Amino acid sequence: MVELVEHAADGQKVSNLGRHRADGMSSKYDVLVIGGGNAALCAAISARRGGASVLVLEGAPKFYRGGNTRHTRNMRCAHDAATEILTGPYTEEEFWEDLLRVTGGQTDEVLARHMIRESKDILNWIVEQGVRWQPSLGGTLSLGRTNSFFLGGGRAMLNALYLTAERLGVEVEYDAEVTDLVIEDGMFLAARLKRPIKGESEIRATSLVAAAGGFEANIEWLKQYWGEAADNFLIRGTPYNRGSILKMLLDKGVQEVGDPTQCHAVAIDARAPKFDGGIIARHDSVVFGIVVNKHAQRFYDEGEDIWPKRYAIWGRLVAAQPDQIAYIIFDSTVVTSFMPTLFPPIAGQTIAELAGKLELDRVALEKTVTEFNAAVRPGTFDHTILDDCVTEGITPPKTHWARRIETPPYLAYPVRPGITFTYLGTRVNKEARMLMKDGKPSGNMFAAGEIMAGNVLGKGYAAGMGMTIGSVFGRIAGREAAKHARN
Amino acid sequence: MHGTRILDEADRLMTVCNSCRYCEGLCAVFPAMEMRRAFSDGDLNYLANLCHGCGACYVDCQFSPPHEFNVNVPKTLAVARAESYAAYAWPQALSGAFARNGLVISMIAALSMAAFILGFAALKDRSVLFGVHTGPGAFYKLMPHNTMAALFSAAFLYAILALVMSVRAFWRDIGAPIGGRADGGSIFQAIRDAGELRYLHGGGVGCYNEDDKPTDRRKFYHHLTFYGFLLCFAATSVATLYHYLLGREAPYPWWDLPVVLGTLGGIGLIVGPIGLFTAKMRRDPALLDEHSYGMDVGFIAMLFLTGLTGMLLLVLRETAAMGPLLALHLGAVFALFISMPYGKFVHGIYRFTALVRYAQERRTAA
Repeated sequence: MVELVEHAADGQKVSNLGRHRADGMSSKYDVLVIGGGNAALCAAISARRGGASVLVLEGAPKFYRGGNTRHTRNMRCAHDAATEILTGPYTEEEFWEDLLRVTGGQTDEVLARHMIRESKDILNWIVEQGVRWQPSLGGTLSLGRTNSFFLGGGRAMLNALYLTAERLGVEVEYDAEVTDLVIEDGMFLAARLKRPIKGESEIRATSLVAAAGGFEANIEWLKQYWGEAADNFLIRGTPYNRGSILKMLLDKGVQEVGDPTQCHAVAIDARAPKFDGGIIARHDSVVFGIVVNKHAQRFYDEGEDIWPKRYAIWGRLVAAQPDQIAYIIFDSTVVTSFMPTLFPPIAGQTIAELAGKLELDRVALEKTVTEFNAAVRPGTFDHTILDDCVTEGITPPKTHWARRIETPPYLAYPVRPGITFTYLGTRVNKEARMLMKDGKPSGNMFAAGEIMAGNVLGKGYAAGMGMTIGSVFGRIAGREAAKHARN
Repeated sequence: MHGTRILDEADRLMTVCNSCRYCEGLCAVFPAMEMRRAFSDGDLNYLANLCHGCGACYVDCQFSPPHEFNVNVPKTLAVARAESYAAYAWPQALSGAFARNGLVISMIAALSMAAFILGFAALKDRSVLFGVHTGPGAFYKLMPHNTMAALFSAAFLYAILALVMSVRAFWRDIGAPIGGRADGGSIFQAIRDAGELRYLHGGGVGCYNEDDKPTDRRKFYHHLTFYGFLLCFAATSVATLYHYLLGREAPYPWWDLPVVLGTLGGIGLIVGPIGLFTAKMRRDPALLDEHSYGMDVGFIAMLFLTGLTGMLLLVLRETAAMGPLLALHLGAVFALFISMPYGKFVHGIYRFTALVRYAQERRTAA
């Protein structure tokens, strides 16, 4: 506790409106932020700018700070005109329609429209916090109008937010695992904290902002909904996204929102590490070949829609296959049609040889490829549009970009479900204030980021939405938490 | 597989980076990488020399150590860069010497040369050495102008020859199509990029050196050093013209062009290297190629010594210290010249060549 008390003394110098004091065995802050990613830092900065004394508790060590923000690269914000880095306007209405489409209507319209409206100002506000934009990255041209990319990626964005927060006098503690929350009648009182060297302590604060992410790295929790299949999931972010804060809040009377089985999941290379492989293990090659399961059978239309729109369905599709594994099979003619991959494709001079290397049934794979090739109808290939290259007479069909797989070497990527983040969360209102099970707003508890993403995302996903939810609700939560502390 | 372990590692990293691309807005290295799907030795040496070591990609990378992907582009490319100097050095027999013992060799060369000049003067007339000489031709009491000019021209011309041969080998390795020529537009673009150190800027955020804050001032000190060097070079050139065209012999009065240029340049060559040396001492070990420490510091020391002895010579040229100081100054310049093709000096030449190649690639792709 000694160190925290010292921090508190420092904080007092820079704190003007905050009633920040150190009182022996526990410190009291105006605003306690739990979490260390985009939403947490936006909340901390916004609360601090609102005059509050702020402590950020990040459960991860410094290098792994920021949860999934580390691996992000862009944010989807509405804007009425092109900017230096955005190629054209993206209106609130168009954003809403996109959200409606990807979620199939499973969203809270009031909250979603509020977020979209607020997202317009985030484009400028986030720059004022030191974050820099750049034009969309190579290979992501389809997002050039709608999404703003961070110069240097998500970790650069985080670094900028942390620098700003620290300059403003926000205190940050790493390796700070919150072990319990003291909540009475919907009011947050204190957090119990365990740190490797400094030991256990209790932190009191006038307001709480929970921005500690989802539970995607908590395999045991995932198993409650997915069964043993969850053992075969790869987690794209750090092992620290365990959802412990979410669980405490739900256990202590906060209303839950979202389907616990819903998550953002994509097909990533099966050779990727169990945790924190990030974006680079992804595969963009599905539309250029076929995808088979461990029985060498196709199971879904690989050419259903333009790739970015269907990118996020393949994680769930593979999760539904036996042993949660699948193989993208293509030939040497398309190898330069997609981004270079971290792991090289597995190659064979014949389909049988490839099957052998993949440990698939040779006869079955040959049969699947032969039947597919025979079903391909002539057409004009163009991967940028829904072209007329289709199959006939097989199930499932491939409804666009169907071309024969016939030029050796034959190539394959093994893929597994890569879980990005989960949608189960805490219900909030427009003030980012948590709602209790009885429907009443909490007196002093706010939530932002993936921990409340399920309010907006009932299912589905559109690129960059996670960061929008984080920044918009983080900023609101920080502002409201500071306002509560002032009153 | 490549010729060396460091190129294997550079290849591994470029494969990781090419599947990520978050850093493409930071500098020229990543856009150049994106134009390739596989990397030859020449490609990797090109990327290594394109890297300015700003450190931004390390601080911004989600896969830098302690992550298991262990992505450390600045350090890996720094090592590859130093090895590329040796790989393209001409003649090959001398390639390793300076990289290993740059500082020692430079110091010995400078002192030996100073001793040689002192001995030369002492043999001729002992009183010349510690005498007070003023007025036109004062310097040449120590060593006749023509001897001095011949000695330094020989050293300088040798340096040019060795550099041309080295760059030729480098260009052949990185230039596609093989042996392709650089066009004027690309050269002009490269002059601008090198002149302003466009890529020592972290994409606009700034550079990193000792920690994860973009507070690095190497760009400023490099400008002082580089433009100081150019001003000193200009001073010498103007003086040579004075000597041969106008028949005016050094030393010149303080307000005359060679002295004004030399003084400004000298200040740059004192302050700049001190700043760069300090930055090197503070550099995060994670980013530092400790094996080329001797080469780097040797070059910085020679530049600093050249500037310092030159400025002292200016101040004390009318005292008895002029003789020994002139000998030291000439010794430092001589050591600088002969170490050019085998020391840190070549970083500028290779980086410029890489920038020409990059400008060319951008124009072709556009």
